[in-house]
Amino acid sequence: MADEPQKPYMEGPMHSTSPVIDPGLTFASVTDKISSIVLKRKTSLAWFFGFAISFILFQLMLLAITNLVFVGIGLWGVNIPIAWGIDILNFVWWIGIGHAGTLISAILLLLRQRWRTSINRFAEAMTLFAVAQAGMYPIFHLGRPWLAYWLFPYPNTMGIWPQFRSPLMWDVFAVSTYATVSAMFWFVGLIPDFATLRDRARSKPFQMIYGLLAMGWRGSARHWHRYEMAYLLLAGLATPLVLSVHTIVSFDFAVGIVPGWHATVFPPYFVAGAIYAGFAMVLLLTIPLRKFYGLEGFITMRHMHNMAKVMLATGLIVGYGYIMEAFFGWYSGNKYERYMIWNRMHGPYHLYYWSLILCNIVTPQFLWSKKIRSNLVALWIISFIVSIGMWLERFVIVVTSLHRDFLPSSWGMYQPTMWDWSMFVGTIGFFFTLLFLFIRFLPMISIFEMRTILPEAEVEE
Amino acid sequence: MAEDDRDRPSGDGRDDAELLRVSPTFTHSHAHHRHEPPLYGVMAEFEGPNELVAAARQTYEAGYRRINGYSPYPIEELSEAIGFTHTSLPLIVFIGGLLGGLGGFFMQYWIEVIDYPLNVGGKPFNSWPAFIPITFECTVLVAAFSAVLGMLVLNKLPQPYHPVFNAPNFALATRDRFFLVVEANDPKFDHASVVSLFRNLGAHDVVDVEV
Repeated sequence: MADEPQKPYMEGPMHSTSPVIDPGLTFASVTDKISSIVLKRKTSLAWFFGFAISFILFQLMLLAITNLVFVGIGLWGVNIPIAWGIDILNFVWWIGIGHAGTLISAILLLLRQRWRTSINRFAEAMTLFAVAQAGMYPIFHLGRPWLAYWLFPYPNTMGIWPQFRSPLMWDVFAVSTYATVSAMFWFVGLIPDFATLRDRARSKPFQMIYGLLAMGWRGSARHWHRYEMAYLLLAGLATPLVLSVHTIVSFDFAVGIVPGWHATVFPPYFVAGAIYAGFAMVLLLTIPLRKFYGLEGFITMRHMHNMAKVMLATGLIVGYGYIMEAFFGWYSGNKYERYMIWNRMHGPYHLYYWSLILCNIVTPQFLWSKKIRSNLVALWIISFIVSIGMWLERFVIVVTSLHRDFLPSSWGMYQPTMWDWSMFVGTIGFFFTLLFLFIRFLPMISIFEMRTILPEAEVEE
Repeated sequence: MAEDDRDRPSGDGRDDAELLRVSPTFTHSHAHHRHEPPLYGVMAEFEGPNELVAAARQTYEAGYRRINGYSPYPIEELSEAIGFTHTSLPLIVFIGGLLGGLGGFFMQYWIEVIDYPLNVGGKPFNSWPAFIPITFECTVLVAAFSAVLGMLVLNKLPQPYHPVFNAPNFALATRDRFFLVVEANDPKFDHASVVSLFRNLGAHDVVDVEV
């Protein structure tokens, strides 16, 4: 089982015709290279450093949650009229980030985009971890999170049932289904790779753990046949699902009559925003990772270009959404709608609005340039700005719409407290804690799918 | 299960050892030089996917039916070559989705119309358009569970032990090697002729796999 000599990875011609995989790779070298990150490579100091910081921030989240449950959500800055502060906006932000994984895995699979193969595993993991963060917010926002199970329809001694006409109920089903299906999709994708790790692990405990997870996978042709069918069907099911989730999240707003929420453009505009934010996060994470783990042969410049283009396209759709919001406000002839858009641009939160326009409409325009798409530092910075922009977008939608609605007597202002921020920073810590554990213990690139795109995998008829 | 499934140590619930004892081919030609433990099959190792698919096709054409290929990644041509093209998984998923959808809708209908009718803004009790999002989510959820569990059940996974794991090089089946097995309970199985067939097909290595 000696390692094949590693071929130098291609640095590039940095244009869109660069290959989706280094042509010098073989079945053996792909397997060894990816599995050695998990099995052989010494855990680097940088990993411990990153993990430690994330883990400390994760403790901040636990502290924030403990205090919140102990004291009550008065700790947060939310109150009437702004009952949905950054807690609900963080929910929307995280769940938006959690859209890229399933999009890459499912939709790009159906569209036969072979380049998806080297980023789907990582993006799916990112999705799961982002959805886990998202799920916590509405639960703790309930005020009595220990009664969260009341959201599910189960026969109870109180003789009552949830109200299924409410978008908030739809949301419960959409998010929990999305989390479950994404987890299954991810796990099914991992089964053959668990088998690879089982067969390559040297130490008994790892052989046993990966062996248990692989469930006896042995690469039988009959198994592969059903496996491929199951994977394809899951992709087919996940495709409308991923589009439905942010649609339903947008219904949380659009079904209400609050000016700034009650707009028909919301579902497509939210879905595009989710893909936009998701790809920004994938770029934000893969650019340093591929450098650090030397994965340039797997995640090539082709991937960077493609992801940047998806970001540009969805960014333009989001920009169209902002323009339409302003247009509807004016064209409705409704004074509350007109005031809402005027208030966004000139009211007390106008800085948020204009920063949002700068981050989400102006910044992605740089991606038209091939030179900028080829510059990883620039791409990383743009992704970072877009991630902030998407957070601002939700701030504008949630807070500025609620803070001045129909009656001036019920107007108010909102300021997040230290505990709001602790929870937010804490969830970022938790997210990265999970990601660091993932890249240490699981193959971050799908090994068996990488084998399928190698030139030697082709069967001549 | 209606599906053609022979990828397991004891075919059709029979003990392979028992099967081998009653197999006339086996007792005739091999009882004198093979004793315990009984044979699961003969395994050939191939260098690449092309060799494996070609060998599988010719083994199938030679009349063997209880054959199976093992590869580090899915090869569509391989399952065709061993004559395994049908799976009832799509039907299972369809039924799962149907049950999920109907279950999701009628759960809401029963709750909102029969068990706990509540007048919300004068809307009809059966306000079905408002029930569609949850109906859709339930459809996807149950269909996805059917796909995953259906795949695992049809593949008889989890299955911690399988005879092929005994083969010396088989750990490489999840890396870069390709294997073909003719099982001993194939009606046409004859040890010497399978070995010579594999040798003629250019197998790298031919080994006996014990149960």
